[in-house]
Amino acid sequence: MNIHEYQAHALFEKFGVPSPKGYPAASVADFDAALAKLPDGPVVVKSQIHAGGRGKGTFTDGFKGGVKVCKTKAEAREMATKMLGNTLVTLQTGAAGRKVQTIYFTPACDIKKEYYLSILLDRASSRPVIVVSTEGGMSIEDVAHNTPEKIIKVLVDPAIGLADYQVRQLIFALGFNPAEAKNATKLIKALYTMFWETDASMVEINPLITTKDDQVMALDAKVGFDDNALFRHSEIVALRDLNEEDSKEIEASKYGLSYIALDGNIACLVNGAGLAMSTMDIIKHFGGTPANFLDVGGGASKDQVVAAFKIILGDPNVKGILVNIFGGIMDCNVIASGVVEAVKEVGLELPLVVRLEGNNVEAGKTTLNSSGLKLVSGDTMADAAQKIVKLVSAA
Amino acid sequence: MAILVNENTKILIQGITGDFGGRHAKLSIDYGTQVVAGVTPGKGGQFFEHGGKKVPIFNTVADAARETGATVSTIFVPPPFAADAILESIDANLDLAVAITEGIPIRDMVRVKRAMGGRKTRLVGPNCPGIVTPGSGPKSHGGCRIGIAPGYIHKKGKVGVVSRSGTLTYEAVWQLTCRNIGQTTCVGIGGDPVNGTSHLDVIKLFAADPDTVGFIMIGEIGGTAEVEAARWIKANCNKPVAGFIAGATAPAGRRMGHAGAIVGGAEDTAAAKIAVFKECGIEVAATPSDMADALIRLAQVRGVQLT
Repeated sequence: MNIHEYQAHALFEKFGVPSPKGYPAASVADFDAALAKLPDGPVVVKSQIHAGGRGKGTFTDGFKGGVKVCKTKAEAREMATKMLGNTLVTLQTGAAGRKVQTIYFTPACDIKKEYYLSILLDRASSRPVIVVSTEGGMSIEDVAHNTPEKIIKVLVDPAIGLADYQVRQLIFALGFNPAEAKNATKLIKALYTMFWETDASMVEINPLITTKDDQVMALDAKVGFDDNALFRHSEIVALRDLNEEDSKEIEASKYGLSYIALDGNIACLVNGAGLAMSTMDIIKHFGGTPANFLDVGGGASKDQVVAAFKIILGDPNVKGILVNIFGGIMDCNVIASGVVEAVKEVGLELPLVVRLEGNNVEAGKTTLNSSGLKLVSGDTMADAAQKIVKLVSAA
Repeated sequence: MAILVNENTKILIQGITGDFGGRHAKLSIDYGTQVVAGVTPGKGGQFFEHGGKKVPIFNTVADAARETGATVSTIFVPPPFAADAILESIDANLDLAVAITEGIPIRDMVRVKRAMGGRKTRLVGPNCPGIVTPGSGPKSHGGCRIGIAPGYIHKKGKVGVVSRSGTLTYEAVWQLTCRNIGQTTCVGIGGDPVNGTSHLDVIKLFAADPDTVGFIMIGEIGGTAEVEAARWIKANCNKPVAGFIAGATAPAGRRMGHAGAIVGGAEDTAAAKIAVFKECGIEVAATPSDMADALIRLAQVRGVQLT
């Protein structure tokens, strides 16, 4: 689960990570109240969406820049009015972009130098890793690729926690002066505590800045949390913004379905994440394009299949459906009956190919074939994928 | 010989009185697996009864292991308590703990992984289908089934299977069985970013097992575990290996069901992993329908008899 920058700054404040004191506003009527709380002087106006690249993004009405530095509060108000309710397209949003529903106003900082700081999981060692660089404010992927020596990493032993000498390794690598080093030490320790205690999956600050008076501050903030740990963090769950999530994905999660919309036209309904991914792959292999990832879990009850069909059919791009179920423990005939009932309930008009394999598969195929529905049976994954691709391209 | 478990292995089940654990305990007993104990705190002294068998339930893993001689635990405990259940099985010095539970917080697994250092217990999973060593009876009955895989799709034989995903493992096993190629052991290592046993760990066991003549390695996008395994195979193993990587069409930055199946950088895409597989002499299955056939192709070239 991801949160907005303004929410991350509020969390930072709670854990003692210095960041500019800003104020969010979700309507034009609230702009003046938010701006009034800021000191006089330049203001940064920031669109709040769950995607990076905002500064270089373009709104769908042609207005450029989702982040603006303004000389006056009046100018900030004008820029924010253009952003709010507008749809911002960045390198990370896809062509559809994201509607801006909140604006975040912060005082502009007097930046001396920009750095990079993040904490995430290092999969190879199964430990948290703190990553820093003197090359802040730019794409860290580019820095890692072009100048790997400028990326410094420290692995944290989860049994001990972040040790002082490790913080010193980071501080000296970044070349801070003594006053900056003192402030940066506090910030890094506080940020690690926040990462660990909130079950964050990633905290990225780019840029981390120093100011002329040697303050160290988290200017931008990107924070994500481990979905599996949300059950013990009601305060984090309260920050969830459903506007940032696909409505079909939210609906799917209510039925225990894992659904991700893609931009193709062949929908798939599969049990198991690995099989679901490879069903998408095999559609592509035979010249089609998958419309989604959909994992109904280890089983596949009738209610789940009905819900899955409804979600799939909510995507206007879908021109055909491939059902691929490996009924290991479950009786294939029960699954087949579920598919037949689901198709009747939703009144499916599109081509449908069903591939069943496993326990009692012959009875399942008989149920499908004698249902009177216009569905096609596939024997193997390859057979089923070729059939649906052919049906969709013929339609 | 098989790897990790065989028909004589005595297993205990943590969470045997839950719906999920109980259902699969019954299926393992039906398969002929030696389920000798259950563990549910507070239900010690009771019995889990199925098919004429009475499996004693204990309050702690230590008690269960001491009283019954169980050396392997299967963990069906719900996510908030699962890490603690794994720690308990490590503390009891079991040989192997297999964690089926899906949805354990990553931080909990980071702590568990740290606690395992220097200990005797091997962990498989979490979020995995488990392990099956097929038996020699009809439909592979009489083997050791740990976890949630369907037993009947297996056949005793000479090929190993290792995978992160459940249903994709079944797909590979079923393709082998339908071609009359049996398996030594099939291991699901799970789809989480922090897990106990890696592809490489299992592959080293297959390489050392005299009865395993070749194997299928199934991976996914995310992480670099498959790449490490492939490089080790190139340097150390001359048995034929077929490989498949799921997620070639997955967009970057989106988690594909498994917590670990997410493309973060250039190295962990399906294309990058497939390229390394090819470079390491692994026969790559072009589609998931091709996994068994890929192994057969390479075995023929190398003159290895799979049946």
